[in-house]
Amino acid sequence: MLDDFMVRAALAGMGVALAAAPLGCFVVWRRMAYFGESTAHAALLGVSLSLMFEFSVFLGAIFVSLLMASLVTLAQGRSLFLDTLFGVVGHMSLATGLVVVSFISGVRIELMAYLIGDILSVSKTDILLIWIGLVIILVLLFWRWSALLLCTLNEDLAASSGLNPRRESYALTIGLAIVVAVGIKVVGVLLIISMLIIPAASARSLVSTPEKMAVFASLIGMLSAILGLNASYVFDTPTGPSIVCVASLIFIITLALSFFAEQFSAVVKKKKES
Amino acid sequence: MLKSGNNIMLIEIQNLNVAYGRKKVLENITLTLSKNEIVTIVGPNGSGKTTLFKAIIGSIPIKSGSVVIKQNLKIGYVPQVLNIDRSLPLTVERFLKLAKNRNDHGFLRAQQILDSDDLLSSQISNLSAGQLQRVLLGHALMNEPDVLLLDEATRGLDQPGSAAFYKKIEEIRETTGCAILMISHDLHVVMSASNRVICLNGHICCQGEPKSVAASPEYASMFGSKVEGTLALYHHNHSHEGKGV
Repeated sequence: MLDDFMVRAALAGMGVALAAAPLGCFVVWRRMAYFGESTAHAALLGVSLSLMFEFSVFLGAIFVSLLMASLVTLAQGRSLFLDTLFGVVGHMSLATGLVVVSFISGVRIELMAYLIGDILSVSKTDILLIWIGLVIILVLLFWRWSALLLCTLNEDLAASSGLNPRRESYALTIGLAIVVAVGIKVVGVLLIISMLIIPAASARSLVSTPEKMAVFASLIGMLSAILGLNASYVFDTPTGPSIVCVASLIFIITLALSFFAEQFSAVVKKKKES
Repeated sequence: MLKSGNNIMLIEIQNLNVAYGRKKVLENITLTLSKNEIVTIVGPNGSGKTTLFKAIIGSIPIKSGSVVIKQNLKIGYVPQVLNIDRSLPLTVERFLKLAKNRNDHGFLRAQQILDSDDLLSSQISNLSAGQLQRVLLGHALMNEPDVLLLDEATRGLDQPGSAAFYKKIEEIRETTGCAILMISHDLHVVMSASNRVICLNGHICCQGEPKSVAASPEYASMFGSKVEGTLALYHHNHSHEGKGV
């Protein structure tokens, strides 16, 4: 079964979607989208280095994104212009990565695969890595869920109940680094952030609790992966971007639905009053 | 001034110094909080009030001195605000149940504070300032705390609103016996309920019973002469109510 490239692609896509979506909820709630994007960009440096020295791309990516995550956690509370710092480090790494790659002959075409992903070429090892990453992230989220929520709402409130907000947010950035590393093969460094935030954003208007949002985001993410994969097969389009297009379409639909539902309930309310 | 003896010490701070980088924020703070006490901290912006709270809950490193918290002391913390993004769906009930070491008694207390059952299913991001303050106070009561820490809990409330809020605080103290340490700007309202007032401006300028602090020159120089009027007004009410301090 795993010999079919479509089956492998589906397993990889769903694995990444399932890991990214619940974590993406925290990215949205904590307004970390820009940090996530910078981490993903920085990961390209890891990819280039691994191509140059011929070791696992996954290792290179996770090493650089963990480095980025640690750097940012260190800088937290010390620097006033964190956002700018993310941007500088993220794009510095992206640019360096691109320059480094130009020294290696023959990988220029391959580079595109790391920018927008190449899900159809995932190997069995890639799938294993993706699902290991997924398990780590889900365990982390299940275990720290309430603590992370409390830290998101107010760090002093969390500290007063014995939590360490810094450690919690570091755990979150490690999760983010893992998602970036496993997502590179599937949607690439340019689009991985969309797998984090678009399903979460789509789920927002459908739910009333954080837990439901994480569940709905996961479902939407997986649906996008499957539909996007099929669409790319039917229309012969690049798979990563197709998955993101489907996710965006779902976002637009849920947004429209919630808008109309609001209008409708307003009309009903008016009728009741009159 | 400090009645010790059979009072149980809950928080004991001695010669506390805290600095951010080279900037000294708190200097030589010595302060105790005993069971059943209500202590209010007043001081201008940037005087280190919130930093003092952070030192108590252990969220910032201290430079020297000591903060001793009674073993197994349950703290209820009421922050100024929640960083709640509209993208985070959160009902009041779910927020209350996020509290660590909560119990059913605490939840009942919290519901009493909310004053309305409808509020439980409301989204936090849709609450008014007054409702949010009640919810935050409710959250702090979920673990049946021995100490309540209130950081400018009435910010954003109008005068009747904050008066009602402080009445609730006094009720909590009376029914549960928990000690209360609060930061406040509503001097004239706060003074009534407090056993002790501490004027903070990096260091402790003066402290004591509300009346003596209000009369002290340090207090007058810190807040100007305008407050004296409001205080006088307040004192008038106070003697009519006849509640001993």
